[in-house]
Amino acid sequence: MLQYIVRRVVLMIPTLFVISLISFAIIQLPPGDFLSSYVAQLRAEGDAIDAAQLAALEEQYGLNQPVYVQYWKWISGILLRGDLGRSFEWGKPVSELIWDRIGITMLISLLTILLSWAIAIPAGVYAATHQYSIPDYLMSFISFLGLGTPSFMVALVALWVGLAFFGVNISGLFSEQYIDAPWSVGKVLDMLSRIWLPVVVLAIDNTASIIRTLRANLLDELNKPYVETARAKGVRETVLIWKYPVRVALNPFFSTVGWTLAALVSGETLVSVVLSYQTSGPLLLRALTSQDMYLAGSFILLLSTLTVIGTLISDILLAWVDPRIRLEE
Amino acid sequence: MTDTRPLLLEVEDLKTYFYLDEGVVRAVDGVSFTIRRGQTVGVVGESGCGKSITARSIMQIVRPPGRIVSGSIRFHRAPPSNGNPGEVIEITKLDPMGKPMRMIRGGEISMVFQEPMTSLSPVHTVGDQIMEAIMLHQSVSKEEARRLAIHMFSKVGMQQPARTVDRYPHQLSGGMRQRAMIAMALSCTPSLLIADEPTTALDVTTEAQILQLMRDLQRELGMAIMFITHNLGVVAQMTEVVMVMYMGRIVETATVDDLFYAPKHPYTRLLLKAIPKLGSKAMGTATRLESIKGTVPHPYAIPRGCPFHPRCGDMIPGVCDAVEPPVVNVSDTQTVRCHLYQSAPSRDVIPLTPQSAAKVEH
Ligand SMILES: Nc1ncnc2c1ncn2[C@@H]1O[C@H](COP(=O)(O)OP(=O)(O)OP(=O)(O)O)[C@@H](O)[C@H]1O
Ligand SMILES: [Mg+2]
Repeated sequence: MLQYIVRRVVLMIPTLFVISLISFAIIQLPPGDFLSSYVAQLRAEGDAIDAAQLAALEEQYGLNQPVYVQYWKWISGILLRGDLGRSFEWGKPVSELIWDRIGITMLISLLTILLSWAIAIPAGVYAATHQYSIPDYLMSFISFLGLGTPSFMVALVALWVGLAFFGVNISGLFSEQYIDAPWSVGKVLDMLSRIWLPVVVLAIDNTASIIRTLRANLLDELNKPYVETARAKGVRETVLIWKYPVRVALNPFFSTVGWTLAALVSGETLVSVVLSYQTSGPLLLRALTSQDMYLAGSFILLLSTLTVIGTLISDILLAWVDPRIRLEE
Repeated sequence: MTDTRPLLLEVEDLKTYFYLDEGVVRAVDGVSFTIRRGQTVGVVGESGCGKSITARSIMQIVRPPGRIVSGSIRFHRAPPSNGNPGEVIEITKLDPMGKPMRMIRGGEISMVFQEPMTSLSPVHTVGDQIMEAIMLHQSVSKEEARRLAIHMFSKVGMQQPARTVDRYPHQLSGGMRQRAMIAMALSCTPSLLIADEPTTALDVTTEAQILQLMRDLQRELGMAIMFITHNLGVVAQMTEVVMVMYMGRIVETATVDDLFYAPKHPYTRLLLKAIPKLGSKAMGTATRLESIKGTVPHPYAIPRGCPFHPRCGDMIPGVCDAVEPPVVNVSDTQTVRCHLYQSAPSRDVIPLTPQSAAKVEH
């Protein structure tokens, strides 16, 4: 098992390297370099520029040197100092902007995964073990509906319902008073009281698709001879279902946690724009449209890295639950 | 000479049907037979004739859309002994998922299946799966169950039993897995073992080893075996009494000697003709019952009269295609379901060989 994990971690390194190259290329995309844009920006605001300061920045980012030196300075800055560069649009270091939002994005994604599993696993098991019953048909209908409706639509409808029927504005992740406030217990509680909405909205899609897949997988597994063997042993039916076929039918989900994470992060962008959340999605979108390349590149770097890590975690989970993979020579 | 061993299982007019959209499949359609304690009964017949469904009915593990429609399955849990009438359980009256049935399943009647590759859970160790059976039917601690599982493993000839219990099925060969299945089935010393083509998926050498193992274990533990197979060579080696099934019915019951030397039903004779050379060990698994002329009729459309008449060489027009044949007792131990024997049992038939005298030798 340990050997397996080590091998997977080592295999991750080239992937991460490629991701960093792509992110770096994105940063380099716009014509001109970061410093000239920065200077132009400062000039436009009427600030004077210190020549020494300019030289120091030039040195820091290796701007007059070959591309590979620039890449090295950029990546080592990230790895050693956590320096992600500057956002011109916000006039702040990227790292100050990014961590809160990525944290919230991850929190929303994680809660979404947990919520959808908590609903979908029992529902899928019920649907498969009561095939063609009325609840099974009902669940099929609801899940097709859930899959067919885009999440941002659901978010819009939720907003409208909130305003039209309850007179509350449920957009935004924080109430007015907390938006610009520093983190505190009150702010966290405020966020938790609002975060359920995007979680529910995002979970609808995910839940529906897990129910569909689990039902299909489990229907396959239920007819496998090992289920009959367990039944012939005299195992109680509920115990039997959860111990054997459900165990096997769930394996594919462990292997896709990583992708689910990626899909949720992109789905979250749209929902968050609609609900005007300060998560990473809208910020990335804005950074891309306004060519705020350090911010955009950093987001892509971090979100891709998180997805790669997510995939690693799911591979480890899968190996942990499935001996056929774990013990493969 | 009659068998004096006490009765273990009495199946009477058992009917198990599958209710499909396309129609009703009469998988088991009025089957009656008995099994005595310690007896080995063979069940043969072409694919789809209802052998497995008969076995699953006894275990009450037929799944919807199939269900037992009528008939009775009496299980003699305890034999009568000096004045004590014994304990008889009507299995068809029990709730299939209820506790009394589950206690019989795996405890007193257990089953070995055809596919050793897929009959064990891929994500649990073989030891875990055997211990589950042991702990369900015996009140023992986990450690004790593990010890018993290892003991069972050495009994079925598993190498390094203490290490093998912690193995997963995919780490074992087909023969090893079938040994594990047998260990599991026998771990609670059942009085009836149903073996549903336990060696069909194995190569000839492994098959011979597994059959030998089952014989040895039967001698040691004394359980009765219901042995389902396609292979008449295996029947000859393993069983005392044989039931021949055709389209959900038993068409002939005979001792193994009568079956081979004095077969009565035209279908049984055809089955025997399909074997290249009787008694030769090399018949192996290649001897499938597929070379009989014609095919089994569609299960939704069972022919009128005797279901075998469209394929039968001795068909009597106006009788076989119109009237259901009755069960005829041709001797104490041989019954046949055929019009040919109804009025004059010995006229149109190959004369009975003296073999019938030697039939209870096993
Ligand atoms: N789940 C099911 N749904 C519908 N019909 C079924 C089902 N299981 C079995 N049957 C039908 O019941 C009949 C008997 O099946 P069974 O499995 O007992 O045959 P068998 O004699 O064991 O054959 P084999 O030698 O191939 O194992 C077959 O005609 C089959 O079509
Ligand atoms: Mg079968």
